[in-house]
Amino acid sequence: MMPRGFLPLLAIVAATGIVALDWETEGFRVVTSAGARQLSIERTPRLLPDVPLVDQDGHAFSLSSYKGRPVLVDFIYTRCPTLCGVLGDDFHGVLQLTGGAAAGAPLDLLSISFDPENDDREALQFYGDRYGARAPRWRIATPADDRGLAALKQSFGVIIIPDGLGGFIHNSAVYLLDAQGRLARILDPDSPPRLFAEALRVAAP
Amino acid sequence: MRIALESDMAVHMMVQVPLLIGIGLLLASGVRPYEPRWLTDADWLGIPGIVAVVLGTSFWMLPRALDGAVADPLVDVAKFLSLPLLVGLPLGLCWRRMPPLGRAFIWANFIPKIGAIGGLYLAAPTRLCAYYRLDQQAAAGWTLIVVAVVLGTLWFIAAFVGWPAHGRRQFSPAAPSWPAQWTPPRP
Repeated sequence: MMPRGFLPLLAIVAATGIVALDWETEGFRVVTSAGARQLSIERTPRLLPDVPLVDQDGHAFSLSSYKGRPVLVDFIYTRCPTLCGVLGDDFHGVLQLTGGAAAGAPLDLLSISFDPENDDREALQFYGDRYGARAPRWRIATPADDRGLAALKQSFGVIIIPDGLGGFIHNSAVYLLDAQGRLARILDPDSPPRLFAEALRVAAP
Repeated sequence: MRIALESDMAVHMMVQVPLLIGIGLLLASGVRPYEPRWLTDADWLGIPGIVAVVLGTSFWMLPRALDGAVADPLVDVAKFLSLPLLVGLPLGLCWRRMPPLGRAFIWANFIPKIGAIGGLYLAAPTRLCAYYRLDQQAAAGWTLIVVAVVLGTLWFIAAFVGWPAHGRRQFSPAAPSWPAQWTPPRP
């Protein structure tokens, strides 16, 4: 015979635990913080701060100057041996798909270095040349000041940890900004056609 | 202290978390003489208690939860409170009420689960946590597998060879030796 308090206690414990798990996994959909961020941005595009940047040709511009067209953004540092190369390849592919450096292209590309101390203009140009990047279609830029860098890291959700070998590990992703300049999608480094397709999907009203 | 125990994934999962649960177990042994009657009755066969333990450990094993604890001190405080009070304490109180088969069920699920999660950490091509590197993830995976193998071996010994238990000085197997003690069911 079951004691009287058994079912109520079990119900309370099970309900509390399941609600907590449901909350933490966004309805049993994600287990990682990266997955949670992707889901959250997809539901609610996020407005971004207007951060001043300087590109590989030394031109100053700001994040808001991209309004009107979707932009694919990634975060790199030029000394990166691995993941930033994958991102560079992806962006190169998208650049080729969308008509190269010619005007009238449907989207722009922006690679932001989070290591402005080591990534001077020469380093940015070197990175850009390696992947065929040309301003203004594909800018390789650094934030103009530390405050801008912090604002970028915070609003994009970029988490950077030292890799123990003098470099950095970061949650490398491709960030898609819509035509209103809002962060609309966070994508895994993927094939250029898929990235391009996502950008078009977001651009279509 | 926080940095020492959370800067490495394996240490965070296999040292800090068990320590916090251990604090709860100590609390349980201290609180047991004062346990209210309604709780002893309601925690029938230890089932609500063990459900709390399973759900609580599942929560803090999520990569997102580990990331949250590293990123936000408030989340870490939640972990420091919930693991002793909502996992360790119920575990200490409910275990004695669980029948042998119930305890066996828990071990039989927990140990392979630990090993499987360790294997997943090793097999995952990307980082699961934003605050831990891939090599730390692999080390955590191996640690989980080793813990699973050790616990599994100890459990096997307890079941088939014997383990000195409370009040007993001799080794005696938890499982009856077969077929000597097995009697066929009456038709």
